[in-house]
Amino acid sequence: MTMESVLKGKAWVCGDYTDSYLILPEPYWKKAGSLDMEELGKHAMEGVDPNFAAAAAAGKYSFIIAGRNFGGGGKSIEHPVFAIRGAGIKAVIGESISRYFFRNAINNGLPVLICQGIASNVKTGDSLEVELGAGEIRNLTSGKVFKVPRLPENLMEILKAGGYIPYIKAKKV
Amino acid sequence: MARPMTVTEKIMARSAGLKEVSPGQIITAKIGLVYTTDFQAKAVFDHFKSLGVQKVFDREKVLVFFDHFTPPPDVHYANLHNDIRKMAKEFHVHLYDVGRHGIMHHMVAEEGYLVPGIIAVGTDSHTLTGGGIGAVVMGVGATDAAIAMATGELWMRVPATVRLEIEGALPKGTMSRDIMLYLMGEKGWDGTKAEWAYLAIEVAGEATRNMSMDSRFALCNLASDTGAKNAIIEADDVSERYLKGRARREYEVLRSDPGAEYTERITLDVSTFEPQVACPHSPDNVKPLSQVLGKRIHVATIASCSSGRLEDLHVAAKILKGRKVKPGVRMIVSPASQTIYRQAMEDGTFSILMEAGVLIGHSTCGPCHGGELVILGDGEVCLGSLPRNMQGRLGSPSSEVYLANPAVVAASAIKGAIADPREFL
Repeated sequence: MTMESVLKGKAWVCGDYTDSYLILPEPYWKKAGSLDMEELGKHAMEGVDPNFAAAAAAGKYSFIIAGRNFGGGGKSIEHPVFAIRGAGIKAVIGESISRYFFRNAINNGLPVLICQGIASNVKTGDSLEVELGAGEIRNLTSGKVFKVPRLPENLMEILKAGGYIPYIKAKKV
Repeated sequence: MARPMTVTEKIMARSAGLKEVSPGQIITAKIGLVYTTDFQAKAVFDHFKSLGVQKVFDREKVLVFFDHFTPPPDVHYANLHNDIRKMAKEFHVHLYDVGRHGIMHHMVAEEGYLVPGIIAVGTDSHTLTGGGIGAVVMGVGATDAAIAMATGELWMRVPATVRLEIEGALPKGTMSRDIMLYLMGEKGWDGTKAEWAYLAIEVAGEATRNMSMDSRFALCNLASDTGAKNAIIEADDVSERYLKGRARREYEVLRSDPGAEYTERITLDVSTFEPQVACPHSPDNVKPLSQVLGKRIHVATIASCSSGRLEDLHVAAKILKGRKVKPGVRMIVSPASQTIYRQAMEDGTFSILMEAGVLIGHSTCGPCHGGELVILGDGEVCLGSLPRNMQGRLGSPSSEVYLANPAVVAASAIKGAIADPREFL
């Protein structure tokens, strides 16, 4: 997978403290075992909106816009990230992101950006353009532009490779 | 000379082969120990296989523990364990299997793998526990664990550090976990505001130096749910005594430099402290014991990576000696490892507890995640020396979980309601 330089699509907005249990309810990860992106993707954000996953998979949404501490709840598991990727989401932008979610997202090729004030300046359905390299988020619906700190270079490289595993494999060759 | 650094920065700099590091910097660091449990081992091994490597970077530095579903309570987990056994064998990874098992966060220390001065990673959010030994110990996901297993390295961001000076002597009836539970109430947990997210929590001061290793691990364990990256207590003569004859390798003790920079400094005099209780349904809903006295309970449990160690069992036995668990309350104790189990059996602790009407369970995470031993029915209330209490975690969505230290749990089991242990001490 190679990453496009400008990500485009529509936003879906959720509030503060959307934790791992809301992103992916416990019955979908409690049984442990392997990670199945396609299957988990069918249940992404089910704790907030049971209709989200189908809409995202149909291309209706490409970005999750979140308030404070997205992906918290003290879960080190990767299932929530796999669910969001499995639903076809291209990036998550939050006012703050929980540490486990941030690491697991980067490691699995899901771009995450931290942007103050984003949740109150984007509405569900707004068209966005996200340019990771430039650290810029453009809300085409409202005309507002947000500058965010660029991700560190090596994290960008991991994302460009499609995740930590393909990144390490490519480095070894 | 390098700039003055905190102990976390020094360990990270050393592990990255750098003279100095600063908060916010992204480094690639050597990993001194990587461990996983039956909850995530399958995903870890799946990732490991996809890397296409044949063996782990160092067989002495990669461990798998059965603790979450141990022994397996149903066919699904029995099959899962068999899959993990096969993969551990294939890659020559040491597995602590049923009968030699214990809760991972305790076992890595008890078995002498965890030593001061290293970076260790584990696939569980309560991994911070191990920082009590004087190492940088943090939780990671399955991809991280697989890459650490294969390469012995990981990317990481150097955290800013909070310095916590704990002064005075903990009064009767309080234990180390009360300190961190109190602070979680102030700073929020990872499910809410999490003011300590991404930070290193360096715990020092007179009260810390006087703590046993069991207390240090409990203190660092409770820091996990603040969302912090790691919690650390510098190694000293107490940890050296613990490590003697136990440590499986040489280690170096690193300490914070005078003049090291901290993002926050907190001094806490605990000499007038009282036990703290986390109320439903979040670990940061913390109240002093005096505000929740008398709350009727149905289940009391002393267990888990937080407070299932020998010291915790001894505290319970001291209170329950010659007394009885109130009829209508089921009290369940799960020692954190087979070794603790044997110690508590041999030193008479189990006799006292059983005489009081306590059920002694095996060593498992079950009482903390609702998997086994502690399952709550509709409307039931549990008081446990556990790390977490989210809604429905231990069974019915209408049940409630309160968290407190083992002394409070034991006293409350006698009364059948949340009680003050000082009455029995």
